Amino acid sequence: MIGQRKNILKLDWVIILLYFLLLAFGVGNILSSSISGEEVNFLDLSNLYSKQLLYALISIFLGFIAISIEVKFYERFSSIFYLISLIVLLCLFLFGKRVNGALSWFPIGGFNLQPSEFVKITVALAVSKYISDFQTDLKNTNDQLKLFLIIFIPIIIIVFQNDTGSSIVFFSLFFVLYREGISQNYVEAIFSIIILAILSLKLSASVTVSVSISFILIYYLFKRKVRNKIIKIISLSSLCLITCFGTIYSYDNILRNHQKNYIKVWLNLEKDPNKIKQMERTILYNLNESKKAISSGGLTGKGYLKGTRTMGNFVPAQHSDYIFSTVGEEWGFFGSVFIILLYTILIIRIIYLSENQKNKFSRVYGYCTASILFIHFMINIGMVLGLTPTIGIPLPFLSYGGSSLIAFTLLLSIFLRLDGNKKNEW
Amino acid sequence: MRKTLLILIVISTSLVFILRLYYLQVYATEPYSIYEDNAIRKVFTYPKRGYIYDRNNNLLVSNQPSYDVMIIPGLVKELDTTEFCKLLKISKDYFDNKIERTKRYSTRIPSVFLAHLSKEDYGFLAEKIRKYDGFYIQKRNLRQYNTTIGANVLGYVAEVNRSNLEKDNYYSQGDIIGKQGVELSYEKYLRGEKGIKFIQKDRFNRDIGSFNDGLNDINSIAGNDLTITIDSELQEYGELLMSNKKGAIVAIEPSSGELLTLVSAPSYNPNLLVGRERSKNYFELYQDSIYKPLLDKGLLSTFPAGSPFKVIVGLIALEEEVISEKSTIFCKGQYIYGRNKKSMKCQCGGGYRNIYNAISESCNSYFADIYRKTISKNNEISDNFNSWSESVKSFGLGNYLNNDLPIGKKGMIPTSEFYDRWYPDFRWGPTTNLSNSIGQGEILVTPIQLANMIAAVANKGFYYTPHIIKKIEGDSIPTRFKEKKTIDIEKKYFDIIEVGLSKVYESGTGKLLNIPGIEICGKSGTAENFTKINGKKTQLTDHSIFVAYAPKNNPQIAIAVLVENGYYGSTWAGRISSLMIEKYLKGNISNQRIENLVINKSLDDEYQKPFSNKPFKINKL
Repeated sequence: MIGQRKNILKLDWVIILLYFLLLAFGVGNILSSSISGEEVNFLDLSNLYSKQLLYALISIFLGFIAISIEVKFYERFSSIFYLISLIVLLCLFLFGKRVNGALSWFPIGGFNLQPSEFVKITVALAVSKYISDFQTDLKNTNDQLKLFLIIFIPIIIIVFQNDTGSSIVFFSLFFVLYREGISQNYVEAIFSIIILAILSLKLSASVTVSVSISFILIYYLFKRKVRNKIIKIISLSSLCLITCFGTIYSYDNILRNHQKNYIKVWLNLEKDPNKIKQMERTILYNLNESKKAISSGGLTGKGYLKGTRTMGNFVPAQHSDYIFSTVGEEWGFFGSVFIILLYTILIIRIIYLSENQKNKFSRVYGYCTASILFIHFMINIGMVLGLTPTIGIPLPFLSYGGSSLIAFTLLLSIFLRLDGNKKNEW
Repeated sequence: MRKTLLILIVISTSLVFILRLYYLQVYATEPYSIYEDNAIRKVFTYPKRGYIYDRNNNLLVSNQPSYDVMIIPGLVKELDTTEFCKLLKISKDYFDNKIERTKRYSTRIPSVFLAHLSKEDYGFLAEKIRKYDGFYIQKRNLRQYNTTIGANVLGYVAEVNRSNLEKDNYYSQGDIIGKQGVELSYEKYLRGEKGIKFIQKDRFNRDIGSFNDGLNDINSIAGNDLTITIDSELQEYGELLMSNKKGAIVAIEPSSGELLTLVSAPSYNPNLLVGRERSKNYFELYQDSIYKPLLDKGLLSTFPAGSPFKVIVGLIALEEEVISEKSTIFCKGQYIYGRNKKSMKCQCGGGYRNIYNAISESCNSYFADIYRKTISKNNEISDNFNSWSESVKSFGLGNYLNNDLPIGKKGMIPTSEFYDRWYPDFRWGPTTNLSNSIGQGEILVTPIQLANMIAAVANKGFYYTPHIIKKIEGDSIPTRFKEKKTIDIEKKYFDIIEVGLSKVYESGTGKLLNIPGIEICGKSGTAENFTKINGKKTQLTDHSIFVAYAPKNNPQIAIAVLVENGYYGSTWAGRISSLMIEKYLKGNISNQRIENLVINKSLDDEYQKPFSNKPFKINKL
């Protein structure tokens, strides 16, 4: 009992402070982007900001519970959590509700619950548990495969539920695998695939293939003392070939029209001015309005509740995925940089604390937390700023939404608990 | 490396974001302007349009609020149509038709559903209309005329058209602009300065309230009130006298050039061009091709000056010293001239004529003779004619007066070049255009020019440009109306002519037109005029013309009257001149019989003649 009390006192106050700052900022900005009349009434739950405040209170409460639970509980039950979460995900096929095409919501009372947000936690726990197991060797292909399975099963389910955005988040766990010693080849392969895919789309598959194969040939021609030169050249070249033409094939035949358009916009593929104009009215509309809103904020912003584009609801979904444009318009460059710095400090702080963990489980879990937060931060703000493709995932703690806020809070709370426990290990 | 990769990526991502934000928010932006923000609707607020007063401070034109029921079809919900129609006093057909049409125009932009509610209806509806989604009442400012006269002077306002918008970027669609008369001439003073209200829109272009609590709004500046030179009582009296007659009365205060009246008959009630019936009324007025009520005859009718022109011919002959006050000729009832012994008729009765009784009896022979002498002096016909023409023009004839009325006509005073073109062999002389001497021929004038001419005679050698503006609130009137225009003829010659003009009333053509207690100087005239019927030039009954000023020793009013097809100058125009002078100087009329005679006289049968498709006779009493 005495030990537990001590644990709570050892919580990392930097992270807690950053959390509350972001939370307050989030509710404030949702108020701004969803306010309709003059009066602010937090008790009226038909207002988005009232709901968000309620979610915030629930999150704090659940976070407090998560912090109070024994570390061993998370470690021991992680595989069960994982399995339960997969079953819940599968249940969506039976009881799920479609919102904007994605089958990822349980309607509960007047609220919708998005289980995929919570799966991030269970996968993180499962990955941590598996890697921290003393029997696991990341150099072992068998173990690698099992690990990949843990990550890919939920990805596949979620993709089938047509929620591609959420599934991309799980790829961030490769940062964890890399940190924990998975072969560098994987990282190189992933980067190569991404670059080859982009080049194939931007230039053309055949050009990309011929250029990359010539690179491979030149590399191996000058490099001596390589065994099975021919086999390596052939296998690498065919991998290139598959990647490049596979990209084009899936782009042409598998991707849906709107997904194709997002890529077109991102890589600037569309050259037909008529179609660009059409896109400006449809998929580019959000992006343009969001950029205009941010741009109009200037150095110091128009002031809280003074953003004309925010008040006019010019940016659709501004309270959820495009919340950062409110920050940009009303708080300006200084405010936006402040938020970016909050995230940066939060993520780096988590990484720093993870590195200091004596318990491997805690360290891996910390890394998972940092990676998941980072990929949300990168994709969401990148999208709002027009740098990354349009992928609808929330900005942690700022975007409107109960499931994501509660899930991110739990994710962070569990790490706080694990971190707070480090002195008591052994 | 494995430990630091994620940290490096996080930091570099943040840096890229910050750079991107710097580019978007600081580098690539123009300073924020509320005017260019398309999330803010800029709504103009319209100030009070300036009032118009007459010279005696009677309010002629003010403003009245008008209430329109507006509709935003997209917001209209199910409603009890019968009850709604009853409330607005409209038919079901009107309702259906209007809904259909406004919907076709736009479902989001407000349109007028029912224009110009009465004040009583407004009071009744203001509360009830809130029950119906998509409908609201909008207030607009209309002109209110507190008079029924002077429509041609006051002009009217209407919505701007495309050419107004192109010419002046002050205006925007739906603004009101002066279209005619004073409303047009002094638009810049009357309109004031629009204000701007900033309203926050949402992305569906809907208003969601005032922006920044209205702190950025710009207040409008009220228009300046105007005082015009018109004496509304005299104007009203003039319009009454011109009942059932076509023509014009222009009265000027000679000492200032202020227009006391500018009657164009027939006119129309200015209230006809306000409100719900406006376009219907306008069309009706526009269609009247016989009386042409929209045409300002005081400014736009041109006709041969007739006998009043003899005043100028006499003055120039005296100045050129081709005659003296003692010169006499014998009139044989006609004037024979030229190689072919052509003759010009004279109805003065014959006998010895000097400048005095030539004017009073309007002797054609006398003026034909002195005109010949003036033009053929020293045998420099072309030069003489041009200098004669210049002298005539110095009375304000033959060109625009450059006054503050938006319309006008030049009239016509020929020069030698004009006749050179007609007679390419240059064989023309005073006998070729002898009818100029009696104001016929090529001489064309407008009523306002004629009034100005007689004002210059009253002043004995100068005039001020006739103008309509007396006072502008907060500004002074244009300086050009304060500049004396002098005529290069000695005052003593004017004195001589004045004796003749006075004699008109003692013994001449105007001896029946005297007003007890007022010494009037005047000159009657008739002007031949023609029209085309089925392409054939046809002569109509002469115009009745009269010019006069009074009192003789201190002229306070100079007047020109034109009664179209009224025949003898003294019959109608002369009577009207005298009545107007008496009204202005005394305020009441001594001879009610004449007044009633004038008011009740209708010349309608004359005006119908050219349209009757039957042969007709002219110049019958």
